[in-house]
Amino acid sequence: MSAPAVPASAGAPPPSGPEPHGSGSSGPSDGAVAGAAARPRRRLTPYWLLLPAGLWLAVFFVAPFFYQASTSVQSGSLEEGFRVTWDFTNYTDALATYAPHFLRSFLYAASATVLCLLIGYPLAYMIAFRAGRWRGLLLVMVIAPFFTSFLIRTLAWKTILSDAGPVVGVLKSVHILDVTSQLGLTGDERLLATPLAVVCGLTYNFLPFMILPLYSSLERIDLSLHEAARDLYAKPATVFRKVTFPLSLPGVVAGTLLTFIPASGDYINAQLLGSPNTQMVGNAIQKQFLNVLDYPAAAAMSFILMAIILIVVSVYMRKAGTEELV
Amino acid sequence: MDLDPQLYEGMPEPVRKAWERSLTSGRAAMSRRRLLRLGSLATGGAALAACGIPPAAGSRGGNEPEDTPDHSKKERVLNFANWPLYIDVDDKNKKKRPTLDRFMRESGIKVKYVEDINDNNEFYGKIKPQLAAGQDTGRDLVCLTDWMAGRLIRQGWAQRLDPARMPNAVANLEDRFRTAAQDPGRQYSYPWAGIACVVAYNKKATGGKKVTSVSQLLEDESLKGKVSMLTEMTDTVGMTMLDLGIDPEKFDGDDFDRAVARIQKAVDGKQLRRFSGNDYIDELSSGDIAACLAWAGDVVQLKLDNPDIEFAIPESGYRFATDDLLVPAKARHRANAEELINYYYDPKVAAELTAWVNYICPVSGAKAEMEKIDKDLAEDPLIFPDARTAGRGKAFRPMSDKEQARYENKFAKLIGA
Repeated sequence: MSAPAVPASAGAPPPSGPEPHGSGSSGPSDGAVAGAAARPRRRLTPYWLLLPAGLWLAVFFVAPFFYQASTSVQSGSLEEGFRVTWDFTNYTDALATYAPHFLRSFLYAASATVLCLLIGYPLAYMIAFRAGRWRGLLLVMVIAPFFTSFLIRTLAWKTILSDAGPVVGVLKSVHILDVTSQLGLTGDERLLATPLAVVCGLTYNFLPFMILPLYSSLERIDLSLHEAARDLYAKPATVFRKVTFPLSLPGVVAGTLLTFIPASGDYINAQLLGSPNTQMVGNAIQKQFLNVLDYPAAAAMSFILMAIILIVVSVYMRKAGTEELV
Repeated sequence: MDLDPQLYEGMPEPVRKAWERSLTSGRAAMSRRRLLRLGSLATGGAALAACGIPPAAGSRGGNEPEDTPDHSKKERVLNFANWPLYIDVDDKNKKKRPTLDRFMRESGIKVKYVEDINDNNEFYGKIKPQLAAGQDTGRDLVCLTDWMAGRLIRQGWAQRLDPARMPNAVANLEDRFRTAAQDPGRQYSYPWAGIACVVAYNKKATGGKKVTSVSQLLEDESLKGKVSMLTEMTDTVGMTMLDLGIDPEKFDGDDFDRAVARIQKAVDGKQLRRFSGNDYIDELSSGDIAACLAWAGDVVQLKLDNPDIEFAIPESGYRFATDDLLVPAKARHRANAEELINYYYDPKVAAELTAWVNYICPVSGAKAEMEKIDKDLAEDPLIFPDARTAGRGKAFRPMSDKEQARYENKFAKLIGA
């Protein structure tokens, strides 16, 4: 499929383009030669375009993936070195010890994703259809928190939610904290160091990842479809149910994935806003890797987390469908 | 393997061991494994098996002065990594550090001072890859807590210091710091400051109640959900051991488990709010945390800002550690580092530093100098403990690497991660 098809003696242009060369003597052989030169190039183009991303993935995903896979079946200690012993007890130990952490990660991330959707959808809808000339400004405001570091923003919540602070004061006086503590989300009349604080932190930190894809899929909806639906006597609720929401599904799927996946691996929120009883699997991995320095255990836990996410996401995608996920 | 005794004459035991280990599992062992890796990569299927993480002490840089060429004469610079808020700054201009600036002026050495140590293990994880690969970490002087300093020394990742270049340090180091278990004879490290772990509480948040023991932290109902302990295993477990009447200088595995079980009970009962690093300071001050384990130097500073903060040295004793300065293997400017250590062991400079940092000063003669600066501080038992208080401070005994890993693992599970 490559160059040998081009006889050098034919005087064809080197593969620089199919434009005619010389005078009008464009015989049939000439055209065939030009075509043969162009075809392989065109066929290769997609591969060239894939190259940067492919290299990136190979170096930063595939290689680490195999390295980690190997690490997860090693045993030993930092001082003596780790050797591959196909020691799968790393996996069973991790599951036995940290099952509650995995469960918590899944529950917290799922709750945060649902909250993000509930908060983000109306906002994205408003920006896409009702914001008029404020649209640009509102979008900037959605992204604005990213101008400050993730860590600083999470730390700020510690001050805002502090036990003697105004937020807790108001929630106490309207007895919302009684309700949440009945549900087991808070306890001892406080917000910090409770599961609720962790879920709220996750929701806050990942909200923009939900809003932006929702916005981009809502914004593309042709408004004449709304008109058509109304012409057919659909009530606003029906328009939303039959037209708007189905058309925004790609945004919903993309948004939930972009929220759920990073949230289930997050450890900053649980670290800063949680208590020893609300630690997620990310915290456990971080501790194993940086404090205990047991790399095989940390790698095995990362793999289990990846597997769980993969299963959850593929079940979800199967249900939600991805044909329209553009 | 047989070694000529002359080779290791005068070396302390742990150093000699590390050194021997490097000969048996050093470069030669490495390259054989590398060869193996290439071979099995070719066979494809076995590729996974060929990976593996070489021993930490596998390819060390050597820690004798002549092992690492020193560039101090040509390059008058020093990269100094320290913990945050661990050096004096000018009250008016936070960018000025009076003692360090004076050192730069007098010596002509430009010190690049970076506050990038937040946690011993975390920092170790950061510099370990370079150390294991026998590379310069880019830091000429680092400040690590005694047990971590000991780990680096054991693995041969610290350069031996030349006492002849540090007459102040040799003369002025307080006697009780000379026989540190992690570095007997102080060949590799000198203390920057001593840290006492005590109980601190916010009078307002406890309703005027005094909190004076670890038992109270773990069991007092009125503090439920408002207690924090430290993520530093040696401090949290060590303090609990003392409370149980166990000596952290000679505990065994069962003792450790007993202490952990005791804390676990408090975690399960939601008595403990969280385990924290230095960040307990804000919460203690705001009252979100009513009582906690705290580092004495922090408490001295906190008390100045918030009169509600009080501390107590438990009757059962307290945990004491030092943060030690050492020069990592392959660092380019050892002599410059020695010059800086020597400078900070001038009692006058030490007093000035301590007046700001408020941690325990390891320099004898500094107390007399402190009296000229601030009489109150010179009398503060958290900075210049009297002989009795000093005697109640207990170190955490050095652990073998295996023990350390096992204990850290148990502790990690305890703190919920």
